[in-house]
Amino acid sequence: MNKTVRTKNVIHMVKRGSISRAKAWMIRGIAVLLSLLVCAVVIVAITGDNPLSVYGGIVSGAVGSNRRLWVTIRESATLLVIAVGLTPAFKMRFWNLGGEGQVLMGGVATAAVMIYLGPLLQDWLLVILSLVGAALAGLLWGFLPAFFKAKFNTNESLFTLMMNYVAMQIVTFCIVLWEHPKGSNHVGVINQKGKEGWFPSLFGSEYMLDVILVAVITILVFWYLRYTKQGYELSVVGESVNTARYAGIEVKKVIVRTMLISSAICGIAGALIVGGASHTISTSTAGGRGFTAIIVAWLSQFNPYAMIAASVFLCFMQQGSIQIATQYGLNENASDIITGILLFFLIGCEFFVRYRLEVTKVEVTEAK
Amino acid sequence: MIIITFIQQAIVQAVSMLFGATGEIMTEKSGNLNLGIPGIMYMGGISGLMGAFFYEKSTENPSVVVGVLISLLCCIAASMLGGLLFTFLTVTLRANQNVVGLALTTFGTGFGNFFGGSISKLAGGVGQISVKTTASGFRAEIPVLSKIPIVGDILFSYGFLTYTAVILAIVCTYILTKTRIGLQLTAVGESPATADAAGIHVTRYKYVATVSGAVIAGLGGLYFVMEYLGGTWGNNGFGDRGWLAIALVILALWSPVKAIWGSLLFGALYILYIYIPGIGRAVQELTKMSPYVVTIIILIVTSRRNKPEEQPPASLGLSYFREER
Repeated sequence: MNKTVRTKNVIHMVKRGSISRAKAWMIRGIAVLLSLLVCAVVIVAITGDNPLSVYGGIVSGAVGSNRRLWVTIRESATLLVIAVGLTPAFKMRFWNLGGEGQVLMGGVATAAVMIYLGPLLQDWLLVILSLVGAALAGLLWGFLPAFFKAKFNTNESLFTLMMNYVAMQIVTFCIVLWEHPKGSNHVGVINQKGKEGWFPSLFGSEYMLDVILVAVITILVFWYLRYTKQGYELSVVGESVNTARYAGIEVKKVIVRTMLISSAICGIAGALIVGGASHTISTSTAGGRGFTAIIVAWLSQFNPYAMIAASVFLCFMQQGSIQIATQYGLNENASDIITGILLFFLIGCEFFVRYRLEVTKVEVTEAK
Repeated sequence: MIIITFIQQAIVQAVSMLFGATGEIMTEKSGNLNLGIPGIMYMGGISGLMGAFFYEKSTENPSVVVGVLISLLCCIAASMLGGLLFTFLTVTLRANQNVVGLALTTFGTGFGNFFGGSISKLAGGVGQISVKTTASGFRAEIPVLSKIPIVGDILFSYGFLTYTAVILAIVCTYILTKTRIGLQLTAVGESPATADAAGIHVTRYKYVATVSGAVIAGLGGLYFVMEYLGGTWGNNGFGDRGWLAIALVILALWSPVKAIWGSLLFGALYILYIYIPGIGRAVQELTKMSPYVVTIIILIVTSRRNKPEEQPPASLGLSYFREER
């Protein structure tokens, strides 16, 4: 029997033992560049404009005027605070996919405070009440899945996902109650005349309070995770439930407590959107940010700076692409396509941070 | 006959969800939780619509059969790409399934709404996209049988995709429970390490199951734009049906045949508010949440009873790395 020996190139992947920070960020940088390139190709294919002016349009749409700059900052802060809110739950390996619903419930609570208490109370009291009410409403939405997870080990990702749509219907219910004018199926701008319950302008900007609140929450959450006993407990539960149990940590209590914190922050995000930005409530108040924030939180791997960078980058591109779409009379959903493309690249590149590909020559013996 | 209309409307609502749920069950049986299914349904729907749109625009006398075939092909191709993208990122590049799925849904929903709202404008036309000829093929009722009173109205007055959905659900259940391929697929979803040790090609099963699941779900989107909307697009008109499909998987306890009944229940709950006399608009909105509430209750009850055959596949949502088992 004749045997021939030939060599063949085989690609296989090897887990990196360690990777320098510079190299990891270089890989992510390349992914961002590639994603921008693909986005440009898509936009050029649709609009037929030249790529340079497309990017000019994106930059001008995101930061081209004082107003646009502040909108981008506001959107980034909102996305960031939701991602920050989801982080404690994720660190515990609890998949809170209910950010969208928790934000909506927070928004409903804020709108209720503005509508029912608006004429009665002082402005500053209204702002505080709407923040508290929003936190409580979000908390309620997080409590149910956490309670059943702790008690019966009910699948939390599916539970929280379903809660989003229950919240969505509560919003449509409230829209009918509060619609203005009657029969329009829109709530319209709440308290347009007296601006009762609107977040006040600080330092000459109407969104400054949003930004300050988000900064404070972000710092508090990361301090909580890093330097408190509770923060330590929840990361032990995340690493191994059994270890936590042997160490005497009350796992059920930690699950519920962490999820309450997580969902209360998402609820507050709803107050920031309704009280601090849109001053109205609709089913698109959360606008998918509850889902995008999940990806932001996961991609950042509990690093606050990465979380800020990811939020700003995504919102910059979204605002920019909305501007381009309006310019060409196309609809705003273009920004979702752009977000999707960016996310695919950011998600995909983490593989190359963790693994490297090697090509090796192998000898293959073939029988003839 | 209000009851006949009610049943018909419930069935009409059910079909998209049944496609989505059957696709998601096949996917989840391989251990992949594809939360991109709602996005894939949008992609399948709009691609089929666009295929038919460009075909009808390019010829003077578009033929119904060719239009139907083209839209089916475009729909299948687009959903396949969505499924491939998901599997490539989660299985080959080992990314987290929830994260990839949600990104895919963001992308797919945007893709559908963007092209649905703009394609007719981009192609230099005016007004809404509309493909009447092709849609008439999707809407064609079964001849003769649909003329039988009552029985014909309830059972035979739908387009061919409705029957395809039911047949697919039955075939998938058969494959899952009675064939070697199905049992091996279930093994992959329950314990990929064991399946791997038994010589089952885990990666191949995950790829095939997820991609074919995506194609089945994509047909649900096509059904919606062609038969339900009659060959046009309404922005966000598809609504939350994709998520209802995922809820339906839980209600059906991971069995496509049970999803047939489940989808009828969901379809009925979805339109029930129209038929309850004397409730206001506000309360109508509340009744629309009932499918989700039912799903949550089922989820709690099954997790409490803890019967093995009623549980999600054991490795659902977890990636499998051979070297880390």
